[in-house]
Formats: sequence, C-alpha cells, structure tokens
Amino acid sequence: MSAQLLQVLFAGLTAGAIYALVALGFSIIYNSSQVINFAQGEFVMIGGMATVSFLHLGLPLPLAALAAVAATTLVALALDKLAVERARNASVVTLIIITIGASILLRGLASLVWDKNIHALPAFSGDKPISVGGATLLPQSLWVLGVSLAVLAALWWFFNRTLYGKAMLATSHNRLAAQLAGISVRRVLLVSFGLSGALGALAGILVAPITFTAWDVGVMLGLKGFAAAILGGLGSGPGAVLGGLLLGLAEALAAGYVSSAYKDVIAFVIILAVLVLMPGGLLGRRAAERV
Amino acid sequence: MSLLRAEGLSKEFGGVHAVQALEFAIQPGVVFSIIGPNGAGKTTLLNLITGIYRPSAGRIWLEERELTGLAPHRFAAAGIGRTFQNLQIFFNMSALENVMAGRYLHERCGLAAAMLRLPGLARAERACRDEARELLALVGLERYAEEASEGMPYGALKRLEIARALAARPRLLLLDEPAAGLNPTETQEIDRLIQRLAARGVTVVLVEHNMRLVMGVSDRVLVLDYGRKLAEGDAESVRRDPRVIEAYLGAEARDA
Amino acid sequence: MLARLGAARSGGLLALALAVALLPLALGNQYLYDVAILVGLNAIVCVGLNLLIGYAGQISLGHAGFFALGGYGSAILAVRYGWPPLATLPVSVGSVTLLAFLIGRPILRLKGHYLAMATLGLGVIITVVLATADRFTGGPDGMSVPPLALFGRALAGERAWYWLVGALLLACVWLALNLVESPRGRALRALHGSEVAAEMIGIDSARHKLAVFVLSAGLAAAAGGLTAHYSGFITPSQGSFLRSIELVTMVVFGGMASTFGAVVGAAVLTTLPQLLTPLKDYEMVVFGAVMMFTMIFMPRGIVPTLAALFKPRTRG
Repeated sequence: MSAQLLQVLFAGLTAGAIYALVALGFSIIYNSSQVINFAQGEFVMIGGMATVSFLHLGLPLPLAALAAVAATTLVALALDKLAVERARNASVVTLIIITIGASILLRGLASLVWDKNIHALPAFSGDKPISVGGATLLPQSLWVLGVSLAVLAALWWFFNRTLYGKAMLATSHNRLAAQLAGISVRRVLLVSFGLSGALGALAGILVAPITFTAWDVGVMLGLKGFAAAILGGLGSGPGAVLGGLLLGLAEALAAGYVSSAYKDVIAFVIILAVLVLMPGGLLGRRAAERV
Repeated sequence: MSLLRAEGLSKEFGGVHAVQALEFAIQPGVVFSIIGPNGAGKTTLLNLITGIYRPSAGRIWLEERELTGLAPHRFAAAGIGRTFQNLQIFFNMSALENVMAGRYLHERCGLAAAMLRLPGLARAERACRDEARELLALVGLERYAEEASEGMPYGALKRLEIARALAARPRLLLLDEPAAGLNPTETQEIDRLIQRLAARGVTVVLVEHNMRLVMGVSDRVLVLDYGRKLAEGDAESVRRDPRVIEAYLGAEARDA
Repeated sequence: MLARLGAARSGGLLALALAVALLPLALGNQYLYDVAILVGLNAIVCVGLNLLIGYAGQISLGHAGFFALGGYGSAILAVRYGWPPLATLPVSVGSVTLLAFLIGRPILRLKGHYLAMATLGLGVIITVVLATADRFTGGPDGMSVPPLALFGRALAGERAWYWLVGALLLACVWLALNLVESPRGRALRALHGSEVAAEMIGIDSARHKLAVFVLSAGLAAAAGGLTAHYSGFITPSQGSFLRSIELVTMVVFGGMASTFGAVVGAAVLTTLPQLLTPLKDYEMVVFGAVMMFTMIFMPRGIVPTLAALFKPRTRG
C-alpha cells in the first residue's frame, strides 16, 4: 500500500472517529425526541475551549479534560431542562429553530467568556510523529481512535446490557409504550442530552490538539456530524459510526487525491448522492407508512 | 364490461405474501364487499387497487384502461376514490376546505392562473364551495362546515373522509372500514349512506369487519384468507359457505 | 365567510401598502433606508420560502444558496461578460430556476430530516464552489457588482431602490396570497396535511412540491440578484448555511403558513441585529436568546399567535 494512501487513511479514520462521536450525539438525542439538536457542534467547542481554560487555571490535563466534559454535560442538561423540555409539544421545525437559537447563543457566550482567537491544546502524549509503513501518524490520532473505540464499547454495553440503556432504546422505538411501561420519557431525554454533551465534549478535547480549537469550531463539525448521522441513517447508532467513518475517509481521499480546496464539497456531494439513491440512509429504518 | 378487474394480483413484503394470485371483477353499480379475518390482506388489496402499492405480480384494469404500476394520483384521476382505515384527514384545514380540496381533479388551475387571480376563479371558487356544502349535507355534517377538522368527533371525521372522496366524483369509491370505531347508531347511518351512494350510481367497494353491515348492504362479497381468494358470491351464499365459516370461526362452528 | 376572508386579505394588503408608502416619513437617514431595503429583499425570499415550508410542508436549509447564485449569476454576466444589467438579472434568475428544477426532482422524494440534509448539503456545495472557483467569482473575498441600470440611467440612491423593492414586495405578497387561496393553494395545504390522501384525490404530489420549490428558488435568486446590484458587492457568505438558517428562522418566527407572517418575520429579524450593533459583542447572545425565547413561548410564530388572540371564540 502506498505511503500516501496510508497517510490519507490515517487522516480519514481520525477525522471519521470524531465525526462518528458527534454523529452519535445527534442520534442519541434524535432517538429520544425526534429533535435534531443543532447545538451539538457547540458541545464539541465547549469541550475543547473549557479544557484550555482549566489548563490555564493550573489543572493537569486529565483533570482539566474531565472538568471540561462535566461542564459541557451541565450545559447540555441545562439546554434540555430550560429549552427543549419547555417546548416539548411544539412542531419539529420549531424545536429545530430552538436548538439553532441555542447554538447561536452558546457561540455568542463563548466569544464573551473566552475570545475569538484560536487556542491549542497540548497533545496527550507528545507530538513526535510515529512512522508506519512510510506514512506518519500523530500519536494524538491513536488517542482519538483508541478513546473512540473505548467509548463505543461503553455505549454498546450501556444500551444493550444495562436496564436503563434498554429503557432508552425502548423509548426510541415506541414512546407511548415506553411511558406505559413506566419509563419516564422526560428523564430519558435528559439523559440523552447529558450523554450527547459528554460525547461532544470528548470529541472536542480529542481533536483540539490536532486541529486547534476556537469559539466557532462547532459550526462545521456540527454540520458534518449531522451529515454523518444522516448518511448512516438517522436513529441508528451503528449507522452514525459508519457514516462518520465513511465521511472522514471520503474527505481525506478527496483532499489527498482530488483537491483539498473542494474537500468539503466532495463530502456533501457523496451524501447528496447517497440520499437520492437510498432515501433512508445506509442503515436507516425504512418506515413503511401504514394506511 | 366490468368496471374494475384484477388478474393474478400479488404483493409480497420481503418474503411474506400479503396477497397472492387474486382475480376478481367488479361490475358497475354494485356494492362489493371484501371481508376476511385480520391479516387476510384486505387493506393491502385496497392499497394495490389504488396505486399506493405496486403489485409484485399481476395486472389491474379500470374498464379497458390498464392502471398497473401507475402512481396513486393517476388511479384517482381515472376515477377511483377511497377513504382510509387510519384517518387521513387534512387536519390543517376546516371541514369545508377538506371537501373543497377533494374537488381538485375538477378544478384545473395552473400556477400562473392561480397567482394572477384570473377572472372566473372567484366564480369557480363559489361553485366549489357550494358543491362542498352539498356533500357535507349528504353525509350529515353541514353544521361542521367552518369548523377546524381537528376538533371534530371521530365518527364525524369518518364521514368527512367520505364526503371528501365523493367530491372527486369517483366512479368507484373504496371505503376502508368506514364503520370501525362507530357505535350502532352511527353504523346504521353509514349503512344508509352507502345505499344512498349506490342509488346515485357510485360503485362502492367496502372493506369491513362488521358482518351485519356487510351482509345487509352488499350485492357481492369477496372473502380473503391469508392473501388468497377463499370465496366469492352474493351475500347469502357466502354467509353459508362452510369454508368461510371455518376461516372465521373455526372448524367446530362449521360443523355446528 | 368569503367576505371575511376577503377582508382579512385585502385589509392586510392595504396595511402593507400603507406601511410601504408611509414608512419613508420615519426613515430619517440613509442608514435607515438601507435597513428598510434589506428588510424588503429578505421579505421577498421569505414569502417564497414560506410557501415551501409553511404551506407545502417541506423544508429547505439551503435556500441562501439560491439567493447567492442569483446574485453571482447576475454579477458574473455583467462583470466578466459585459452584459447589460436588464439582461443579467432575468438570465441569472432563469438559470437558478432551471437548476432548482433539475435538482429538485430527485431530492424532493426525500422527507423530513433527510430532505433537510439534502438541501443543507446543496447550500454548502454552492457556497464552497462560489468561494473556490475564484477565476469566475473572485474567491472568498467576493466580487464587486455594477449598479442596475434602467434605460441608461443607473439606479442608485436609497430612495429609488426603496420604492423599487417596496413595489416588488407588494407584488410578491399579492401573488402569494392569490396562490394560497386558489385551488392550487388548497392542493399544497392538502399535501402538507396528508400526502397519501392528497394523492388519492388526484394531486400529483411530486409535481406540486417541485413547482413550489422552483418558485421559491426563483424568488430567492431574484432577491439575491437585486441585493447584489444594490449593495454593489457580493461574497460567498451570502449563501452560507448560517444565512439559510436565518431565512428559515424568519419564516418560522413570523408564522408558518402566513404570508404576512413571513414579511413580519423578515422585518423583525433583519432589524434586530441592526438594533443590536451598539451591543456588538453581545449581539449573538441576544439574538440567540430572542430566537429561543420566542419559539418556546410563541411556537406558532408571531402572526398566528397574535391572530389567535384576536379571533372570536368558535362555538365550543
């Protein structure tokens, strides 16, 4: 395998893992509420920026990261409690506008609390590139892939092996039946937001050493995470992961072999093509309308 | 010449044959009922003969025109109308507007003409409104005319769907479980309504579970079981057919 | 009922016409005229977008893309090929309309969030291409646009533009109202109510959706072209996702399925950021907070909520 291809694959998988985490955040909230949380990208941003702040306050990196994840989770929970829950009965479009308003609000707050500059996070275990088969791999990429895998395993265990996780899955399949079975849908929604907040923050912290972080990194990352979730089929956890990885790889391949200027375009063209040919996404549920 | 004809009609969903090798012909002017136990494929059949499902095999004709594989709005344009088992009322409109919408096929209106409000449109709108009111009166809903359809009772909504379907002046009207969820009084009203429609020359195809309604109003009955035709004939002979009794009530009832 | 319907509609049109006619009395300086013109141009886009979102029940998160294409099309034809502005606008709008027709057919088969994603993707693609094809478009910094010239005289000056945009807005609102109240408008609302039932009364849902999509894209392109010639400048950010979201927000905020709502939404959400410029740094925070607040407490949008307050109670 050529060194260049290997390089591209590394880059693609790394980016793909991040997109997968963000996409999972979208899917988890969507499953509990049919809402697309357009503030998901902001969770990613807050994760990275908060870690920078906590580092400046003197905390060691692991604690700073943990504190940042906690802070973002709190923000996510607040978003649910104060906004989404209040508008529970509104139409889907209205809820979308609310989350978009939230993302604008959070971005504005970020520019005030922090600033509009780019910040760097130190890499977790140094930035001496590792040479593999002629290609260079950043140690941070290994962290991204490793932590993502661990997170995926943890999520799989949570949703399939714990009672609460299964309850959440039940809610996504049939809300009314879940309520009748005694599951508090409001609590499920709250937990979904919390989980998505944590996932987003984690993604932000993992990728900040590579791509830097700033007050507005959430916009594009959120968009791409959303695209990845749709690509894999909204509401499907494995789909979100698959979509994220495919998107990351497609982008890297396009940047490496076609044109890095049109990198973003290629990713969205692929998504558009997939949507047109497979309207439910790659692994999405094909709901047949019962008349 | 029969009004609606099907040959070798089949529909399968991933290996499950909802409907298999169905053949039947519906004569104009009759009340034709389709009955069968749950899961027999009645609604699937309705969806097939309205174009909502594309058949896996087989063909459908309306008189001499073949309709197989066309989009649902072409079935409608050919003269087939229907109501739905799970109400598909336009809840974003009033009752009157629902029925007025039903007249779409008879109100050809281009985009430009609509936007420019060409003369004649106002007159056409008034005529549309008047006819819609008449239809609401026919089904007994004239007092709901200006009401938002959202607030109407279930029984009224079922009749609203019928009024809406009639607005298209269909030659063949399919009623999917019109009496479901209705009390005996309301069911009797449906019975009378179907007879009024038949008297007006509309061919009615009825899918129903309510046997008293079916036997009382039908000219011909088709019995489905597991997606296949079990029996067909006039109401009385079907009612006494041992195979039908067995399918519904079990072998013991047949031998009783 | 017909009389009442007529009154609400012509009353509204009259009010709008009066507002357009009398507003200059309140516009003290060029800056205020500028804001009013931008409101009018945004309102034109919103009226079209409202037909798509509020009446036909579809969604587009990429409409700013059509807006930008309309502007760039006219600009490129004028600057790089030297066409007269009276020709560049119609050709540009026509081309965007054609594009919307071609791309609309496949993507309108999608529903809900998938349609949202497809339109979003389309908008992003347009924006990136505009920023990257710098030989034609001047790249991320945009390009300058010559003023519109009518019969040899350049259309310059806020007052002239104000009357032009005001008249066009009134025309668009009139056309939209006519459409909504016609059988075609009913067909659109039926589509929104239940697509399968609409099909069963003979409505070709694919064709109707496409028609509204193309119409709204054309309006957006026209507004984009006019904006480009008015401001004398155009940048790729005019077509960005954020701009598309702004437009959707204006429609939802003002009230879906309400043409006047679309105008009100455009007016409020175009002027609000202007009012907030003294608070420069807090602008985003306030804007986001206002969006969230209004959507939580007035989920149907301003105009329908206010209309419901004034509506006589129907018999229980």
